[in-house]
Amino acid sequence: METIETLLRDVPLFDGLTSEELELVAGCGTNTHFGEGETLFRQGDEANTFYVVRHGSVALELFVPGRGPVMIETIESGDVVGWSWLFPPYRWYFDARALAAVRASVFDGACLRGKCEADPRLGYALMSRFAQVMMERLNSTRIRLLDVYGYATVD
Amino acid sequence: MNDRRMGVSSHPSRMPDAQTCVIEPQALETLVRALADRGFRVLGPTVRDGAIVYDELESAADLPIGWTDEQAPGRYRLTRRDDEARFGFAVGPHSWKQFLFPARIRLWRAARKNGSIEVTEPTRDDAPLAFIGVRSCELHGIAVQDRVLLEGRFVDADYAARRKDAFIVAVNCFEPGGTCFCVSMGTGPKAESGYDLALTEIMGGEHRLLVEVGSERGADLARELPSREATESDVQAASAAVAGAAERMGRELDATDLHGLLARNLEHERWDEVANRCLTCGNCTMVCPTCFCTSVEDVTDLAGENAEHVRLWDSCYSVDHSYIHGGSIRPSGRSRYRQWLTHKFGTWHDQFGESGCIGCGRCITWCPVGIDVTEELTAIRATEKEVDDGDD
Amino acid sequence: MGTPPSTEQLVAVPPAPFRVTSRTRETHDTWTLRLKPLNGGGLLTRPGQFTMLYAFGIGEVPISCSGDSHGPLTHTVRAVGPATTAICSADEGTALGVRGPFGNTWPVDAAVGGDVLIVAGGIGLAPLRPVLYEVLRRRDEYGNVVVLYGSRTPRDLLYVSELEEWRARFDLQVDVTVDAAEGDWRGKVGVAAKLIASAHFDPGHTTAFVCGPEIMMHFTARDLLDRGIPAERIAISMERNMRCGVGHCGHCQLGPTLICRDGPVYRYDELELLLAVREL
Repeated sequence: METIETLLRDVPLFDGLTSEELELVAGCGTNTHFGEGETLFRQGDEANTFYVVRHGSVALELFVPGRGPVMIETIESGDVVGWSWLFPPYRWYFDARALAAVRASVFDGACLRGKCEADPRLGYALMSRFAQVMMERLNSTRIRLLDVYGYATVD
Repeated sequence: MNDRRMGVSSHPSRMPDAQTCVIEPQALETLVRALADRGFRVLGPTVRDGAIVYDELESAADLPIGWTDEQAPGRYRLTRRDDEARFGFAVGPHSWKQFLFPARIRLWRAARKNGSIEVTEPTRDDAPLAFIGVRSCELHGIAVQDRVLLEGRFVDADYAARRKDAFIVAVNCFEPGGTCFCVSMGTGPKAESGYDLALTEIMGGEHRLLVEVGSERGADLARELPSREATESDVQAASAAVAGAAERMGRELDATDLHGLLARNLEHERWDEVANRCLTCGNCTMVCPTCFCTSVEDVTDLAGENAEHVRLWDSCYSVDHSYIHGGSIRPSGRSRYRQWLTHKFGTWHDQFGESGCIGCGRCITWCPVGIDVTEELTAIRATEKEVDDGDD
Repeated sequence: MGTPPSTEQLVAVPPAPFRVTSRTRETHDTWTLRLKPLNGGGLLTRPGQFTMLYAFGIGEVPISCSGDSHGPLTHTVRAVGPATTAICSADEGTALGVRGPFGNTWPVDAAVGGDVLIVAGGIGLAPLRPVLYEVLRRRDEYGNVVVLYGSRTPRDLLYVSELEEWRARFDLQVDVTVDAAEGDWRGKVGVAAKLIASAHFDPGHTTAFVCGPEIMMHFTARDLLDRGIPAERIAISMERNMRCGVGHCGHCQLGPTLICRDGPVYRYDELELLLAVREL
């Protein structure tokens, strides 16, 4: 069975971390899995974890009264789910549901926050990587905001 | 200078001097009559509504005898000459395109019949056109439209039909206009080819016109005019008149590589500057002899059984010229002015292998706010030079 | 890159009467029609070309050919205005006018010997479908063949049953995403360009065929360039207002080029600088 550390080496998010840094991160992590349709977290719940999907896919959803759950992003293997653990109030903004059976590494946010406080270099390394994820997700979302496929009709 | 092409298939190059002759102004009446007798619809300049326009000529008396024009940016006035010159003026708001490329034509008719659509094209049997008074710049303008409408992959059948038998009596300018710049564009003032007959009016001494023949048809018609042989001094007087016009051009433009200049300056601040003045009224596109943008409209009868597909002049200055998918590509006046100018002087080269401007100056005269294309282009070029110097 | 069409069966003006032989609803506002000439025969079209479709008494619109070039004339039309709405309501047996085909073609021949990457956004899949038909007909002449398709929502997907057939093939990678989804969508949700990351192609030996809204083609092209596909091997299909389809009305200009005559298919490097100029 592979150790978390070995698995982490293959995750694009942690690309470039030193062995020591990977060990520190791995120390806050463990393996987990979800069956198809299972909930990873719900909007409003306490957010103290993040997931790196190794297999399967996760749907991020928001429940809209009158419309039901609306999927606004799917996250596939190799990608990270969740950054609400980084900043107070540490509450999930969305629902997350396993679209297909999911195997993931899950990390204790409080544990990692502590290690980042203690080792600012690790803190910077992780922050900049998460910032990159956020930037890509934001850009992708902004493009979808343009609603390019839906053009106005003519009289 | 600029290498302008004049290839018009029905008009071979100039005939030898042996066919050059001289006529009195009164002989123009015979010319008009002879053309009418041959079945042509005779069109030429005449005074109407305070301008010299192109319209039907019933006789040579309809010509603007003794009239001249004063033109400047946004200004056009007719004033009386102190002689009886028949062609003592430059060009007015009309161009010959209104006859060769009319503002509104029916392209085809469709009828709903037996669950099908039956389409019929119009019979093209209008009387052939005869133009009297076509300036050299206008000959180039016609050639430019020939290039667009006849020499691409598809031929415009309506234009081809009107153009085919058109009889052209050119006139060499001796009185250039205040906004003319044909010399800069290499399009005049002397008509080189593309005509059946070319007239040069000589005012000094005996008032007469030198007649040069440009085709068999032209020679044929010239033989019917009361004339005498041209002498050396006639030819020289005609040359001098035209040379004099070349020296008194109202405007000048450095036309060197305007294509490159405009391609390099699509974001020049001059566009913002001119946008503050341009009303996007589209006058320039209406009076320009080479503008060819059209739109189509469909009209049905009340029962909806018969429909007409009609072609109309359009202008790139209209907001919906570039409309697609719920919005216009060029919503701002700035982008529409830029489109017109860069097309006329720049991308026309990419699309049709030559400049779209013939230097007639109409766009300058008929712009309500007096925007002068020669000034705009000069300003863009001048600022570019500054940038280059700055690199030293 | 795109080859100019042959002069066979060109109908410039006026339109020829065609009859609708089948009408399929694709989405809430999009239909696919098949057409045959009233007087028999067919119309030779190549992938990338378009015709000017005439709705009696209403007007003409330029619509890309969306079917197999070896099959009947096929058009997938979205009802956005009076003419397209009339065309979309044309039942089997209704007569429509057709002029064309016009325009150049996708570089299907030039792509032989390498991988094929088709990236479609929204109704952009319609002009690309003929490419896929052509490539699948000559499957062994190509390497990896990938189809990436992004749409607004699952309800806006075109050719759903064909997509499933294509996905079931072992020699074709098909990936679909939507901007947002409700209900029981089990596929991907995200921007179309995101699919590129997991597509299997060799950037050094790939020809990309991209079609969709201009801004989608822009971002897709940037991503493909980042992945290492040279700009000369990225083909896009441009759209502008068209009134004549034959290079005479002046409407479809994009700077130096006339889209009905020099396009609609272009190499990305040919247009890269022009597309960066706003309101050109």
